Amino acid sequence: MKKSKVFWGLCLLAIIFYAVVQVMISGGILDMYYQSILIQMCINIMLAVSLHIIIGITGQFSIGHAGFMAVGAYFSAIATMKLGLPFPVAILIGAIVAALAGLLVGIPSLRLKGDYLAIATLGFAEIIRIIFLNVDYVGGAAGMVITNLSNWTYAFMGVFVTILVIANFTNSRHGRGCISIREDEIAADAMGINTTYYKVVAFTIGSFFAGVAGAIYAHNFFIIQPTTFGFLKSFDILIYVVLGGLGSLSGSVIAAIFLTVVSAYLSGYPEERMIIYSLVLIIVMLYRPTGLLGTKEITSLFKFGKRGGSKV
Amino acid sequence: MAEKKTLKRFASLFLASTLIAGALAACSNEGTTKESGGSSSSESSDVIKIGANLELSGPVASYGSSIGDGAELAVEEINAAGGIDGKQVELVKVDNKSDNAEATNAAIKLATQDKVTAMIAPATSGNVIATAQIANQNKIPTVTASGTAPNVTENADGTINDYVFRTCFIDPFQGVVAANFATSELGAKNVAIYADNASDYAKGLAASFKEQIEANGGTVVAEEAYVADDTDFKSTLTRIKSANPDFVFIPGYYEEVGLIVKQARELGIEAPLMGADGWDSPTLVELAGAEALNNTFITNHYSSQDPDETIQGFVDAFEAKFSEAPNAFHALGYDTVYYLKDAIERAGSTDGEAIQKALAETKDLSLITGTFSVDEKHNPVKSATVLEYVDGNQEFNSKVNP
Repeated sequence: MKKSKVFWGLCLLAIIFYAVVQVMISGGILDMYYQSILIQMCINIMLAVSLHIIIGITGQFSIGHAGFMAVGAYFSAIATMKLGLPFPVAILIGAIVAALAGLLVGIPSLRLKGDYLAIATLGFAEIIRIIFLNVDYVGGAAGMVITNLSNWTYAFMGVFVTILVIANFTNSRHGRGCISIREDEIAADAMGINTTYYKVVAFTIGSFFAGVAGAIYAHNFFIIQPTTFGFLKSFDILIYVVLGGLGSLSGSVIAAIFLTVVSAYLSGYPEERMIIYSLVLIIVMLYRPTGLLGTKEITSLFKFGKRGGSKV
Repeated sequence: MAEKKTLKRFASLFLASTLIAGALAACSNEGTTKESGGSSSSESSDVIKIGANLELSGPVASYGSSIGDGAELAVEEINAAGGIDGKQVELVKVDNKSDNAEATNAAIKLATQDKVTAMIAPATSGNVIATAQIANQNKIPTVTASGTAPNVTENADGTINDYVFRTCFIDPFQGVVAANFATSELGAKNVAIYADNASDYAKGLAASFKEQIEANGGTVVAEEAYVADDTDFKSTLTRIKSANPDFVFIPGYYEEVGLIVKQARELGIEAPLMGADGWDSPTLVELAGAEALNNTFITNHYSSQDPDETIQGFVDAFEAKFSEAPNAFHALGYDTVYYLKDAIERAGSTDGEAIQKALAETKDLSLITGTFSVDEKHNPVKSATVLEYVDGNQEFNSKVNP
């Protein structure tokens, strides 16, 4: 009863936040520049949260996330630019194809562990990228030119649904199954949990939302090229998750917001930019080795405060 | 009871926040109108802002920073000579990390935050396309110094990006120049093509070269491909050697080309080799070795050894400031600023539409990288320079007019 109240409260808060920003956009307070940063923030949050379910919850170290983003981006772009389908349908197509790719990659490779899995996923992401590089239908190395269809509403809806699904998944029976795999795979297996099944499920859900992020990305930046989705992009996403704290959903959200803002702010200082960005990362990792929030959620901080209050 | 209370609390919070937002919106409307009024008055007073959205970090940082240096020198010279129509020029540099999304963001930032009069677009074609729509929407004339792909200014459906221009020639032109040079200067009949398969630049050059050489009566006896990051080319080169060509065209970038040239000479391919502006880097000489590079040619935007007076003036000024010889990207960045200066002067205002019109009407503008007029596709019609490598140095060979 209480849990659901918190849940609806947070939903309402999110919708209020959306409405306020929307009013500010139509009122002209937030010009194109801030809108663009907000949308990029949303895309990064989606990517971070969708990787969080794979790394943070299930404990499978995947560094090929940009590959699934690329699948979502390219297939949604084909849907809108070549087939003339409406944008929402294209997002769904991109996401579903990305999820299928995740399933395809996940079934054989999730039998691997640790470093081996990391290398396998990295390899698959590169394969996906090289395929797009050599298919002339999607423009090859020159990339695909795309009209701008996404806006704050789509980006926000994407984030909202992503967090909603992944938060609820984490708190469900399936989510607890995934967490048990993270804690100790052998013990989980011994308790009768179908570890391969849960790993593949988490991987597929993660890929699905990476596909959503890719679709919105593709329709926001006018052009997609295979080089955009190289392994450095995968590492960027990994940084959000690790910086936020492995296992903390709100941590990865906060890290994604934080790093997007830092990166946007520093674009005016080209010479010092990468030095400062790296310093920020090093300092955070030195002082918070478990990431910004560790494995805690931001809501649990408030709960703690409430409990303290009632004692007094 | 408790439930009702929280519901009430949420409802009141919601109402309050919407009210505040509404009020803020009203305020800000005033704020923005005031601001825009302020900026327009400052525009007419003393400073012309030119934004530079460049690759200052990331994989192609050397291109972007070279253009930035060239532009900086040009701005300095213009300001020392009294500016444009008496107004000083300010260069606002923004880094786009060689990334499409960052290039879009940087363009938006320049257009809406810094309120620039004109923009220098990124160095690589993909990043230019990522900024083209922003330029069109905000009516900010944008010139790329080195975005050579045809679809930078022309969309797939044949429409032109109104506010996008370029200082460099387009890819197919270099292939045509190379083919004409091969037949008329070197008398080549049986040619081989060895192109980078992973780059659109190389593929485009190879296609236009092939078309032109066949039109000139030559035959392509071998057509092979490599992929960027390869290091061993010997088996393919042996195949090319057995076809016995009297000329080999190798469009690609310097990292691989350096090794290809070296290995080709080791295998005993003595025919002249030719490439395009992608070869232009000191690294090429290090990789291939000065001796292997003898009897190789490239087409390029300009040569620092061109005896032309204005070019030598530029080379001296550049060496005085940066203590190195300017490469083609330096020259193109420098020219881009003068191209914009010329258009702003002819437009007589800093209004985007007027400058756009002036840019499109540019005629016989004489710059470092050649004299050019702009065609209806916003491409400059200009000459290309053919350079020959002699003992590791680029020697000026000839100028080829379109």
